[in-house]
Amino acid sequence: MIEVKQLVKSFGPLTVLKGVTLTVEEKEVVVLLGASGSGKSTLLRCLNFLEFYDSGEIRIGGQQIDPHKTNLNQFRAEVGMVFQHFNLFPHKTVLENLIEAPVHVKGMNVAEAKQLAYELLKKVNMQDKADVYPDMLSGGQKQRVAIARALAMKPKIMLFDEPTSALDPELVGEVLQVMKQLAKEGMTMIVVTHEMGFAREVADRAVFMHDGQILEQGPPSEFFENPQHDRTKQFLGSIR
Amino acid sequence: MIIDIFLSSYPLFLKATWLTVQLTAVALMLGCVVGLVIAFFRISDNKVLNYIAHVYITVIRGTPLIVQICILYFGLANLVTLSQFWAGAIALAVHNGAYIAEIFRGAIQSIDRGQMEASRSLGMSYPLAMRRIILPQAFRRAIPSLGNQFIIGLKDSSLVAYVGMQDLWGTGLGEAASNYKQLETYMVVGLYYLVLIMIFSYFVNKLEARLARGKAPNKQAKDNTSVAA
Repeated sequence: MIEVKQLVKSFGPLTVLKGVTLTVEEKEVVVLLGASGSGKSTLLRCLNFLEFYDSGEIRIGGQQIDPHKTNLNQFRAEVGMVFQHFNLFPHKTVLENLIEAPVHVKGMNVAEAKQLAYELLKKVNMQDKADVYPDMLSGGQKQRVAIARALAMKPKIMLFDEPTSALDPELVGEVLQVMKQLAKEGMTMIVVTHEMGFAREVADRAVFMHDGQILEQGPPSEFFENPQHDRTKQFLGSIR
Repeated sequence: MIIDIFLSSYPLFLKATWLTVQLTAVALMLGCVVGLVIAFFRISDNKVLNYIAHVYITVIRGTPLIVQICILYFGLANLVTLSQFWAGAIALAVHNGAYIAEIFRGAIQSIDRGQMEASRSLGMSYPLAMRRIILPQAFRRAIPSLGNQFIIGLKDSSLVAYVGMQDLWGTGLGEAASNYKQLETYMVVGLYYLVLIMIFSYFVNKLEARLARGKAPNKQAKDNTSVAA
């Protein structure tokens, strides 16, 4: 589904990705782990072309994406992204947040988009808040709405960039619950997270990044029980 | 007495007030269009557009409005025939546009980067995201500064009197010259400006209150008891 080959990305003199190669299969749930600054968020942002990489190759669904030739808007519409800070549109109600892109990007008619939005809100258990503005919601509620908003574009892949890092601890569970449900339904997901419980329970594969490279990867059972690299052991030790 | 001056002159001044209102409204509307275009030039990645915006703002902010009005009125008269009204309106629009551009630029840049990223990640093009997501939020944020600039614009419109327009100030100058009661006449003129600006401020404040965050005009929002962490 997603093939990343030798991806290199620098910000000025700082090389953040130093040749990352990663393949993600359809319906696979991959968790990206690593210390901050290891390049995991940048990798995720490259996959949605919010950052342009310097060299390497990204193929999605067998098609190579050339940021200068491919219609990125169309491509991005098929890749959902959930951000650490939610980024809901504050001037629009929850419902308006959900129908914005389907109506104005896909050209879906409003009635149809609303129906889809209500279904998705029900799925993330936010149907009661359809007409509320984001400012009135808790962090966990905001993130669930943000997930529903991304799903409203019916993406083939969902990218999560530390979706629970900005939440109060007691609100993390409700967001992870929604993500577990999505994984169960067979959504292809790449998740940058520090939630080791989620990684163990839900992920098909854990990928550990260090210093702009993938150091180690494997099924969570092996990865967590028997890490190979010292750096991985150290990281897992510090998290526990 | 001021009251005598007021009573004897109000038909004339009401007409002049109407001209001032028309002139200012047209000038500020044009000024907003100019300001928005220049603001986009300034935040654009294109160096040439940046430079144009930079020169425009530097020159307009760096020269007095009265000079700009006179240059436009007497200078352009050689090239095109501009009515007094349009010469005044364009000069005021060009002048206010430079300040409004900076207000818009600041407001647009103050919107969190995540808003554009979220829009783009949903497949929205840059212009669509700008129009649907960034600008509506930026406009709200710009309203207090914009209201302030509009008040300045209204008062500055008095300078068109010096190219012969019979606006509030122009009429006031004429009246004072003929009735020899300068102090009373100018106080009457001041009163008209004050009332105009008080009416305008009232509407800006109402607009601001209505658009205030968290007070969205929505019943359910008010009834909602859960508050963001």
